[in-house]
Amino acid sequence: MKGKLLTLSALMALSPLTMAQQLEVTVTNLTNGIHYTPLVVTAHTDAVSLFTLGESASAELQAMAEGGDISGLVTVLGDASADVVENPAGGLLAPAASTTAMLDTDDANMYLSVAGMMLPTNDGFVALNSWPIPTEAGTYTVYLNAYDAGTEANDEIINGGGASGTPGIPVAPGGDGGTGATGVTSTEANEMVHVHRGALGDDDPAGGKSDLDNTVHRWLNPVAKVTVVVM
Amino acid sequence: MKRFPKYIKLGMVSSMLLILSACSDSDNDLPEVTPPPTPEPVIYSFEVSVTNLTYAQPLSPIAVVLHDEGNLFSLGETASEALEIMAEGGDNSELLALSVALATGSSEDVLMPGTSTMVEVMIEDMMPSNISLATMLVNTNDAFTGVNARSIADLAVGESISLLTSSYDAGTEANSEMMGTIPGQADGGEGYNAERDDVLDMVTMHSGVVSVDDGLTSSVLTQAHKFDNPTMRVVITRTQ
Repeated sequence: MKGKLLTLSALMALSPLTMAQQLEVTVTNLTNGIHYTPLVVTAHTDAVSLFTLGESASAELQAMAEGGDISGLVTVLGDASADVVENPAGGLLAPAASTTAMLDTDDANMYLSVAGMMLPTNDGFVALNSWPIPTEAGTYTVYLNAYDAGTEANDEIINGGGASGTPGIPVAPGGDGGTGATGVTSTEANEMVHVHRGALGDDDPAGGKSDLDNTVHRWLNPVAKVTVVVM
Repeated sequence: MKRFPKYIKLGMVSSMLLILSACSDSDNDLPEVTPPPTPEPVIYSFEVSVTNLTYAQPLSPIAVVLHDEGNLFSLGETASEALEIMAEGGDNSELLALSVALATGSSEDVLMPGTSTMVEVMIEDMMPSNISLATMLVNTNDAFTGVNARSIADLAVGESISLLTSSYDAGTEANSEMMGTIPGQADGGEGYNAERDDVLDMVTMHSGVVSVDDGLTSSVLTQAHKFDNPTMRVVITRTQ
């Protein structure tokens, strides 16, 4: 009887369906002139997700997308027994820079998500959303798109506004933002999470519609590369 | 393919030698000793079909490189001078001369939007591990597209790999779009210049051109020169 139990537990340990895994997650910023705020890297169950395209952003996602504050998302993920690495880059992830997070996942946390705000934007963020973690060891590459949280008008005015519900962009970390813009738009017609339409920018650093530089702060998808090594 | 008939001839000569030696041995009773046949060179041949998916961005002659090691470019790293020369001026000669290149090919002419071309590349006696492609979007400062060290080690004869490529910024020239800085027809300006004046001296994804119609007053480009990803379709077929 004892032998039988041992065999059974050995089988369970080998079962790929509920196996704890070790992951090395490397995120590379592929953009020319966009910084990423501290990233959240997490393995979680299918009972929770950072967002759903075509649905409203949660307050926690909004705080991340408008101001780079991941604490709310980390709390929600922690309550859902997710495995979480906060801020692997130790601050902003600059254009062309990479950061690596080591993640030991619990049995049921079979989905990988990554998110961070894109600066300078109003509520743009980069994300990997509930990517099924392969059970087979190997190296996997995923390219990420830029999303718009749908919570703030993309006025492209840099005014320090980072709190949820406050218009404006907190900062242009590259020191390459303008001033005195009149604003690109004052409305957000699509209030659901959607694929970001990109920044407009202009060529007038001391005025114009936008405080963004149209030769520096635009992007095309994909905006990030995630390399996942399943050990 | 030009050199192929030579191998056929060589094969014919060596088989004739075999017949001759067999004749000379037929007069005595010693067991026949067949000399080991001269090994035929094994040819690995690839057809690379490329389609320009943009509206008005001709692509400079497509460089195709077979290699085991190295990269033509690496995202997040500084561009080599060979890449800079190609990305700013469309001249792929330095890329084709890279020491890691085992065999190379190039299309002859600029590939116009909406058109396709085929580049053949072949190598003797060793299956290469990787294939890379690179070409400039000529109506830009330093945009290029390509394939970076795609593994072909497991590609069987007759099998194909289909890819859609994104566009990259070499990071070696500022995207000013100003008159005199763009080698393509839109401007007829300068190609390669050793100065590196981009905001970031690293290869990144290209953010697209702005153009005069979309808010960059000093740009020589128009709305027609805008592009989005993907910019090129590539089909790599192993033919031999």
